[in-house]
Amino acid sequence: MQFPDKFDVIVIGGGHAGTEAALAAARMGVRTLLLTHNIETLGQMSCNPAIGGIGKGHLVREVDALGGMMGHAADHCGIQFRTLNSRKGPAVRATRAQIDRSLYKLYTRNVLEHQPHLWLFQQAVDDLLVEGERVTGVVTQMGLEFSAPTVVLTVGTFLGGKIHIGLKNYSGGRAGDPPSIALAQRLRELPLSVDRLKTGTPPRIDKRSIDFSVLEEQPGDTPSPVFSYLGNAAQHPQQMPCHITHTNVQTHDIIKAGLDRSPLFTGVIDGVGPRYCPSIEDKVVRFADKDSHQIFVEPEGLNSQEIYPNGISTSLPFDVQMQLVRSMRGFKNAFITRPGYAIEYDFFDPRELENSLQNKHLKGLFFAGQINGTTGYEEAAAQGLLAGANAALQVQGKAPWTPRRDEAYLGVLVDDLITLGTNEPYRMFTSRAEYRLMLREDNADARLTAKGRELGLVDDERWARFETKREAVEQEQQRLRGLILRPGDAVLSALLGQDLRRETHALDLLRRPEINYAQLRELPQVAPGVDDPQVAEQVEIQAKYSGYIERQAVEIARQQRYEDTHLPDNMDYAQVRGLSAEVTQKLLKHQPASIGQASRISGVTPAAISLLLVHLRKYHELHQQRA
Amino acid sequence: MQTSNPETIAALATPPGRGGIGVIRISGSMTPIITQHILQTGLPHPRQAHLQHFHSRDGEVLDQGIVLYFPAPHSFTGEEVVEFQGHGGPVVMDRLLQVILSLGARAARPGEFSERAFLNGKIDLVQAEAIADLIDSSSEQAARSAMRSLQGEFSQKIHALVEQLTRLRSYIEAGIDFPDEEIDLLADGQVIKTLEHLQHQIETILAQAQQGYLLREGMQIVIIGQPNVGKSSLLNCLAQRDTAIVTDIPGTTRDIIRESIHLDGMPLHITDTAGLRDTDDPVEQEGIRRARQALQTADAVLLLVDDRDTEASKTELPVEMPLQNPYLVLRNKCDLTPQTAGFMEPHTLRLSVKTGEGIDDLKDWLKQCMGLQTQAETGALMARRRHLEALRHARLAVENSLEQARASYSELLAEELRQAQKALGEITGEVSSDDLLGKIFSEFCIGK
Repeated sequence: MQFPDKFDVIVIGGGHAGTEAALAAARMGVRTLLLTHNIETLGQMSCNPAIGGIGKGHLVREVDALGGMMGHAADHCGIQFRTLNSRKGPAVRATRAQIDRSLYKLYTRNVLEHQPHLWLFQQAVDDLLVEGERVTGVVTQMGLEFSAPTVVLTVGTFLGGKIHIGLKNYSGGRAGDPPSIALAQRLRELPLSVDRLKTGTPPRIDKRSIDFSVLEEQPGDTPSPVFSYLGNAAQHPQQMPCHITHTNVQTHDIIKAGLDRSPLFTGVIDGVGPRYCPSIEDKVVRFADKDSHQIFVEPEGLNSQEIYPNGISTSLPFDVQMQLVRSMRGFKNAFITRPGYAIEYDFFDPRELENSLQNKHLKGLFFAGQINGTTGYEEAAAQGLLAGANAALQVQGKAPWTPRRDEAYLGVLVDDLITLGTNEPYRMFTSRAEYRLMLREDNADARLTAKGRELGLVDDERWARFETKREAVEQEQQRLRGLILRPGDAVLSALLGQDLRRETHALDLLRRPEINYAQLRELPQVAPGVDDPQVAEQVEIQAKYSGYIERQAVEIARQQRYEDTHLPDNMDYAQVRGLSAEVTQKLLKHQPASIGQASRISGVTPAAISLLLVHLRKYHELHQQRA
Repeated sequence: MQTSNPETIAALATPPGRGGIGVIRISGSMTPIITQHILQTGLPHPRQAHLQHFHSRDGEVLDQGIVLYFPAPHSFTGEEVVEFQGHGGPVVMDRLLQVILSLGARAARPGEFSERAFLNGKIDLVQAEAIADLIDSSSEQAARSAMRSLQGEFSQKIHALVEQLTRLRSYIEAGIDFPDEEIDLLADGQVIKTLEHLQHQIETILAQAQQGYLLREGMQIVIIGQPNVGKSSLLNCLAQRDTAIVTDIPGTTRDIIRESIHLDGMPLHITDTAGLRDTDDPVEQEGIRRARQALQTADAVLLLVDDRDTEASKTELPVEMPLQNPYLVLRNKCDLTPQTAGFMEPHTLRLSVKTGEGIDDLKDWLKQCMGLQTQAETGALMARRRHLEALRHARLAVENSLEQARASYSELLAEELRQAQKALGEITGEVSSDDLLGKIFSEFCIGK
C-alpha cells in the first residue's frame, strides 16, 4: 500500500548518521521521516561506549556548531570526561567522554520524538523506488510504500552483515539485531559499486567478576570538559573512573595457540579491517616483539553491570576468548557476558558520491555514515548532518552546502572519501587535515555557526550566544590593540625576562610565547580583561597563532583557485592532449569534480594539472562558440 | 573560469651558450616590487628598453643590461611581466635568477609562461595544442634532466633526508593522534638531536650542490694525442694561462690535468691527458690509464697530431672513445709546414697553437658542439635551481622546527615539519597524509 502522507526527506537508519540527518532536515523545516527497523535501538552505540577523541572530538564540536545533537547528548550522558593532548597545543587538543549507553539511547529518542517536522516509523526497508535516474521513495518489509524526492541511506554495518566468532559465522547487523539482506541485495542491483569491510568488537565482561583493586585507576579531568558550545559541566551525570590493565606473555601464548581457528588468519574473512584498530590477534602477530598491550577497562554505564575491555577486539573462538581474558591482571575470574566478534559488511565506494553526499548516478539518494566506508559515531554523525541538510536544500530548490578542507574536518572527511575512496574503515585523524592549525575544537563555532544559521540549522538561542561571544572577542581585541605598553615597566620586564625594546600594543604582546592572557590581564595597564573563559581563549589563541594562520591563509588562497575550477561530469580524459596513460587512468577512475580534487590524487603531477587547465579553457571556449 | 594566479614565476627564457645575451623573464603580481629591488630605482617606462645595473640583495652589481617592463594585461602572459637581458653567461644569469627567487618569485615549471598566456586569453585556441605539447615534452625533458642532476650521491642524500623526516614526523604525529597509546615516542632531547642532524645534512648538501654546481655544468672535452704534439699548449691557449707545464720533452704530462674555461659564458671542462704511448715508466703508465678512462666519459674529443707527421695511423681514434661522440682531429704546428690553417674536412682542422692561427675555428666548432646540448642544459639548470630552492625552504622549516621543539609546542613543531617535507616533496614527490599514517601504523602498535 501507498502511505497516504507525503514526505520531503526519508532517512533510513536510526544510528548516529541517521539521527543527525533526520534532525538536520527537520530543523530546516522540511517534512522528514525516519525509518528504522527498531525504534527501541535509536541512538544505540554498537561499539565502544565513548564519544570524542583526537579528530573525533573536533567533529563533535562541528556537529554542535551546526546545531546538531551529538555534543549535547554526550554532555548529558557522559560519565567520564577528559581533555586529550592538553599540552600539545590548541589545535590538537580534544575532548573525549565515556558514555552511559542506556542514557544515550534515552536522550536520543527523546530528542527525536520532540523534534518538529520529524516523524518516526518502525519498519525495515527492503527496497528503493527509482524512476529513471531519480529515487522517488522506499518500500518496507510489509510492502508499504513511502514516497519522497530525497532519501538518505544510513544503514551502517547492517547491509549484508556477517558476524564471525572463530570459524563459525552467521548473518547479523550487530550482535542481537538482524541484517538488512533484502535491501543489500536490491542495492547490489543498482548501478553502485559495492565492496566489503571488516570491523571487530571485544567480548563484554561482567563487572562483578573483575578485581578492580589490582587495576590502575584513570579518573576524569577536573574541571570536567564540555562538548557543546551551549553546554556546561552541571549537565554531566554522576562521574565514574576507567581502569587500565595489560595483556601479558601468557595472554599472547593463548592467542598464538588459537590462530589456527581464527577467521582472520585462516582466510575466512575477506573484508579489510582498520589498521589503527586491529584485533588483539593481529597486534600479537604483527608486533611480536611486544609482550604486553594496554587495555582500557571502560564502564558501559552507571547502572550497567557490563564493562567494555577496549583493546582486545577479537574474532577468536569463544574458548580462546575466555582463556585470554582470564589471563589478564584483575580478570582471573572474569565472566564474559557477550562474546567478541568480527563483522563484515557492505559499503559503497564513496568515490561515486558528489561532495554533497548525493550519489552521482541516482539523484535524490544521499549516503552517510558507515556505508560510505567510515567508522566511528562522530564520523557518521557529521556525514549524517551534511547529508540531511543537503537533502533538505535540494527539496527547497537550493544549492548544496559543501564545506571546504580549510573550513572543517567535515570538509576533509568528505573530500578524502569522494576523491580517494578508502580501502579500510576511514577514521578521522588530525594528521589528515593539512590546515590543522585552523581547524580547532575551540573555533568550530567561528568556522561554522554562521553557515548553519544561513542554512536554517541553528536556532535563535545558539545564534544569540554565538553573536555575544563573537562581539566580546572582537571588543577585547580592539581594546588590547588600543593599549600601548612602554619600555621601562618593571612588572612587564619580569614577565618577559627582558625589557620591551619599543612601544608595543597589548594584543601584539600576547603573540609572544612568554606571556599568556591571564598574565597579561594582571598588568594594571591592561586590567580588567574578560572573565568568560571561551572569550579569553579565543583572544589568546588568535593572537598567538596569527603568524601561522596568515601563512596557511596564503596556502589556502593558492589552493582555492584549483578548488573553484570545476571539471565537467564524465569528462573524457583520453581527449586531454599530453596526459600520460597512468594519469589518464587515475582521472578516469576517480572522476574528480575539481582541479583541486584532481591534484590530491596520487600520481597526478603539476604538469598534468597544467594540461587539464589548458584543456578546460579550450573546452569552455568551444562551448561559448557553440552557444 | 578563474584565471588570476597568486604566484609570481621566473625563469631563464633563453638557452644558455647561444650568443651573448641571456634573458630572464618574470611574470606575476610581485614583478614590479622584485624589479625595483634589482634595479634599485623605480620601474622603467612600459615597453621601453632601459640600460640598467642589476643588483644582488646586498647591492652588489651583478651585471649591466636591458630591462623591459610590460604592465598587465598587455604582456605575453597577460600579467605583470619584466624581462632582464644580460650579457652574462649562465653563471651570472643564474645568480640573477637566484636573487629574483629570493625576493618572492617561484621557479617556473616548463611551459608555465605559455600556459598562463593561454589561460589569460593571450593565445588563441589553435595555439593551445602546441602548448599542451610543450608542457608535455618539456616536463618530460625536465624530468629527465632532474633525474640526471639527481643521480648518484645527491639523490641518495635527498632520499635519506626525506626518509628521516618522514620517520620523525611519524613519531610526532603518532604522539598527537594517539595520545592514549603506549607507544615509545622520542624524548624531546632526541627530537632536537634528530633535527640538528637534519639541519646539518641539509647544510652539507646545499654547500656541495653549490660547489659542484660549476663542475657539473658544461661539456667535458678531452684532449688526446701522442707525446709532445702540443696538447698542454692547446689547453693553455684555450685557458689563456699556464696551467700545464709545457716543455719539449715528450711525456711531460704524466697525469691528467683539468681546466674549466668559459666560452661565451658557457663552461667547458677540458682534460689534458698524458700522451698515449707504450712506456715502462709506472707513473706515466698510470697517467695513460687515466687518460683512457677520461675518454669514456668525454662529451667531445680533440685528437691532436703534429701536422708534420704524415703517418695515417696517428690520426686513428682510440678504441676507448664512444662512437657517437663528436670529435675533431687537430693538425697542430701548421706554422712549421707550408699548409694554411683551416678545416680540411668536417672532422679535421689544421691550426697552430703557437701562432693562434685556426684557434677561432676551433672555438666555433666547440660552440657548435654545445649548441646541440643547450635544450637539455636549460632543463637541467632550471631543474637544479628548483631543487636548491626546495632545499632552502626545507632548511628554513627545519630551523623553525628546532625553535618549536625547544619550546616543546608539538602541533607547531608538526606544522613546521610538514612544511619541510612539503618543500622536499618538490624534489622527490609528495608524502601524502595516508603515506604518513601507513608509516605510523607499520611502526607502532596502535589500536584499542
